[in-house]
Amino acid sequence: MRKVYLDHAATTPILPEVLEAILPYFKDAYGNPQSLHGWGDDAREAIEDARGRVADLIGAQPEEIIFTSSGTESNNLAIKGLAMAQQSKGKHIVISAIEHFSVLHSARTLEKWGFELTLVPVDRCGLVDREDVAKNIREDTILVSVMHANGEVGTIQPIREIARLAKEAGAIFHTDAVATTGTIPVNVKELTVDALSLAGNQLYGPKGIGALWVKKGVRIIPFLDGGVQEGGRRAGTENVPAIVGLGKAAELAKEEMESRMEHLSALRNRLIGGLLSRNEHVTLTGHPTQRLPGNASFCIEFIEGEATLMLLSSKGVAASSGSACTSRALKASHVLTAMGIPPEIAQGSLLFSLGLENTEEDVDYVLEAMPPIVDKLRQMSPLYAKFLKGERGGR
Amino acid sequence: MPVYSDKVMEHFMNPRNVGEIENPDGIGEVGNPVCGDMMTFYIKVDDNQLSDVKFKTFGCGAAIAVSSIVSEMAMGKTLEKARKITPALVAQELEGLPKNKYHCSNLGAQALNKAIDDYLKKPGKKVKSKKRRKDEKE
Repeated sequence: MRKVYLDHAATTPILPEVLEAILPYFKDAYGNPQSLHGWGDDAREAIEDARGRVADLIGAQPEEIIFTSSGTESNNLAIKGLAMAQQSKGKHIVISAIEHFSVLHSARTLEKWGFELTLVPVDRCGLVDREDVAKNIREDTILVSVMHANGEVGTIQPIREIARLAKEAGAIFHTDAVATTGTIPVNVKELTVDALSLAGNQLYGPKGIGALWVKKGVRIIPFLDGGVQEGGRRAGTENVPAIVGLGKAAELAKEEMESRMEHLSALRNRLIGGLLSRNEHVTLTGHPTQRLPGNASFCIEFIEGEATLMLLSSKGVAASSGSACTSRALKASHVLTAMGIPPEIAQGSLLFSLGLENTEEDVDYVLEAMPPIVDKLRQMSPLYAKFLKGERGGR
Repeated sequence: MPVYSDKVMEHFMNPRNVGEIENPDGIGEVGNPVCGDMMTFYIKVDDNQLSDVKFKTFGCGAAIAVSSIVSEMAMGKTLEKARKITPALVAQELEGLPKNKYHCSNLGAQALNKAIDDYLKKPGKKVKSKKRRKDEKE
């Protein structure tokens, strides 16, 4: 059976070149970068080299990069660390309603610590309205955080414009660029942000590695105390192999950015166009044009996401869903909810996130597989039966 | 995706008794799409026995498997025995359900019970079904 992985929003596979770059640091080059001998020197050079490549990918200075364990840690460090460093100026934070849980829950923790939080809404396409941000920024607002793009629905935010509003008000601006770094051009100077999070497993690097870029001069309070690693901003022996892997992945992403975007956009458009034309009562979620190249997300009416995933899986296709039944907490995706999608429609959420290794044949295979799956579940669905009766009654 | 037993997967992939019954003797609808799952059970009763059970379900893999097994467990049973199909029995018959899917087994048992309630609410129904059988014989 053909196997088609279309869940790159969850994690990308690791590229062979990246794996190759990593392996020596699991074997012979095992030194601690802080050690003052040959082994230490090799490891230190390797991570500094990687730091340079990551900085290069986002148009930053190497010393501004803090390596972390994940996108989640980067976001935690950014939200809590930047807010704590700014608290003498005020205690108000503004974030969007569709942030990743690592931002949203960090901000909720700050609330418990005495900060005030405002969530700005998004429209039906998942776009943050600049007016709403402007309205909610106050004199005591110290931090604004809006994600560059949302991996679930693919919508890319006008970060530069939103960042300007924050800066005009004297607030620090952070963006979670985990879904975009390595996928679309991300340049900290062009985005005019103060801090930016990224993660290795979203750009064909390893898991367990992320980075936070903090602009020189912007203060941040670390929350891992210990040694002098990462300029004292993130203690703990460096994860050398993973850092090397992230560096290599960043280098490749920069080199291949344009061709990757072209490849992914073409596949995405084929998948979106094909799915919408071959299946009735399916809507595209997220923005029609301002969206991630590999993101094809839908709501399929009258059926439920988990059941759809199970049938897709039986055909060898891996995808994901924001339906309540697919989440451990049995709650529909907060992103879809914030976009005003009714809960019964959100139940039919289905996300295909494409990657470099996918082909037109993969897309066509999925397009062939979908209609019988949708049909099978609709034949079972009392909602579909009601819909059909209602429609007939209406005529 | 939760880890489902082989039995759940088998019933999900090949659900039994999917559909509606024309002129059913009882209908039981539980849940709603806003909460995630919705099940509708249709029953046909002859001589106090469930002569046919069908269902339609909107929901996850567990909800569909639960509906299928409940329909199978109920088929041919007397109303009293069908009433004794508890959520725990349903889960047991499916060789277990993930913890956060237990509510699906509740829904299945509830939907069947509601269909039986619906049948019993109509006192004329019993007579009518017997009469219809007579008509059929004629």
